Amino acid sequence: MATVVYKVGNDISTDVIYPGRFMATVLPSETPLLAFADDAAFNAKLKAKQIPPGSVLLGGQNFGCGSSREQAVSCLKGHELIIVAKSFARIFLQNAINLGLRVVTCPNIEANVGDELEISATAVTNKSSGKEFFLVSLPKSRQAIIDAGGLIPFTRKRLLEGAQTTR
Amino acid sequence: MTTVEKILARASGLPSVKVGDVVEPKVDLAMSHENAALVINQFNEIYKGTNLTPKIWDASRVAVIFDHRVPAESAKTASNQKKVREFVGVQSVTKFHDIRGDVGGICHQILPENGYVRPGAVIVGTDSHTTSHGALGAFAFGIGATEMASVWALGVAVNVEVPPTIKVVVKGRFKKFVGAKDLILHLVGKLTAQGANFKVLEFHGPTIKQMNTSSRLTLCNMAVEAGATAGIVPADLETERYLREEAGVAEPIDFVASDQDAVYEQVIEINVAKLTPQIACPHTVDNVKPIDAVVGKKVHQVVIGSCTNGRLDDLAIAAKIMKGKKVSQGTRMLIFPASGKVFRQALAKGYVGAFMQAGAVVMNSGCGPCLGIHEGALGDGETALSTTNRNFKGRMGNPNSEVYLCSPAVAAASAITGVITNPQGGTN
Repeated sequence: MATVVYKVGNDISTDVIYPGRFMATVLPSETPLLAFADDAAFNAKLKAKQIPPGSVLLGGQNFGCGSSREQAVSCLKGHELIIVAKSFARIFLQNAINLGLRVVTCPNIEANVGDELEISATAVTNKSSGKEFFLVSLPKSRQAIIDAGGLIPFTRKRLLEGAQTTR
Repeated sequence: MTTVEKILARASGLPSVKVGDVVEPKVDLAMSHENAALVINQFNEIYKGTNLTPKIWDASRVAVIFDHRVPAESAKTASNQKKVREFVGVQSVTKFHDIRGDVGGICHQILPENGYVRPGAVIVGTDSHTTSHGALGAFAFGIGATEMASVWALGVAVNVEVPPTIKVVVKGRFKKFVGAKDLILHLVGKLTAQGANFKVLEFHGPTIKQMNTSSRLTLCNMAVEAGATAGIVPADLETERYLREEAGVAEPIDFVASDQDAVYEQVIEINVAKLTPQIACPHTVDNVKPIDAVVGKKVHQVVIGSCTNGRLDDLAIAAKIMKGKKVSQGTRMLIFPASGKVFRQALAKGYVGAFMQAGAVVMNSGCGPCLGIHEGALGDGETALSTTNRNFKGRMGNPNSEVYLCSPAVAAASAITGVITNPQGGTN
């Protein structure tokens, strides 16, 4: 069971998740301190470790649109949040899979802060309202990266297999 | 097949591909800016525990351009840049553009300007506006830093799904002071910020045929604001002219074009004959209104520049409007030529002098205030009018401010009055 701790609307950009002025900070050990930096209350809770790992951040449509900055993923990954959204922007989704941030696409999700969600392979059940919502599986093409534990181990394996493509 | 399908088929060594196929295209060009610092970390991580020495698969296909924070605003940035500078030296990356007045500038200007972008190429960049390079008939898309590290190691983009394509056919002649920026703002408003997510926007029609590469770069640059993976204008005679005359390319050019029977997910037709200047209002790029809806709005800062609108054409139209005029008291105007080359051309043509005489500040080439990193931040409650590409909350360095997006003509006319102004004239 996962608790919804934060809810945002549609088209939440990576500028909102991780403001551009902090882009010189790149280390995954440092970026989590700057997650949602412009929302002082939520950022303070994250920094104070008041949000337990495995909590749900609920997004609307097109979550993570805009800049390709990977800090927008590593800052959330650092708190081990699960992102449940109606849809994701392409680069954010890709970055999340590459870094192993758990993302769930659930087009019709209805939930509020405080609700308890049960996430299975095919559906998200809102235990608080009793409603069930189907989820969209990640693209099959991504499964190999997820199975490898992220893009870094995936690429390392490919290199070691001598599968390096040369021109 | 569509143009992008053909490019992906060839780069993947396949006779054909269709939407949804998963392919591994060889990468022709891999571009990063300051975030190469993060790519380097991830690249080294890949090699950890392997006994292999970290080595870029083909250093001649990697480009690194400093533009986001130039010159460095902090010790942290300067140290990151130093680290990247050392890395490109060790790896023999020759397409490295440091902070310089001769070869420096914004990555999305440097790439086409130097002939690095070719029709039919597969280009990846750790920047969402990598879509720009579709203007020259390449398939160019943004990726994250870890994915770039994987490209540096393998030379391919792993697990790329062939995207569906939306055909956009543009007809009609633009009215005076209306152009590519107004067209793409109009299209993003129409499609919404997610209307083209995971899709390609392929541009056609007589209006596009007559558009120069500079304007096509503006168009493809903002394709990502509708969520598009890429924007593309299949190569034509104008592409050839640009590559030969402006980028100094001598090699044969591959005119990859869509087949007559190419399958499109959707066809959108736009007639620009009646299009008025368009404005993207806070805080999303798809919140687009005709200028009449916001005329008279007070602006504290006007910005001309960025990968969207910092090219010579953009400065030319602004200079024409501003020559002999003054920037309104209470409004500051910042101008960022897109590259050192553009800056020198603008100097030679007298634009820089005209801007400064008018009271504008002409800054060094770079991303400037577009992404709120190190200069031109807004004060609480202030409003900016900018030719850049994003107006998200906090984008220009302050969540308690607003950004409106517009064309260079609107920006110039508005700097003079201090309020959003239609350069075509009218009631204001």
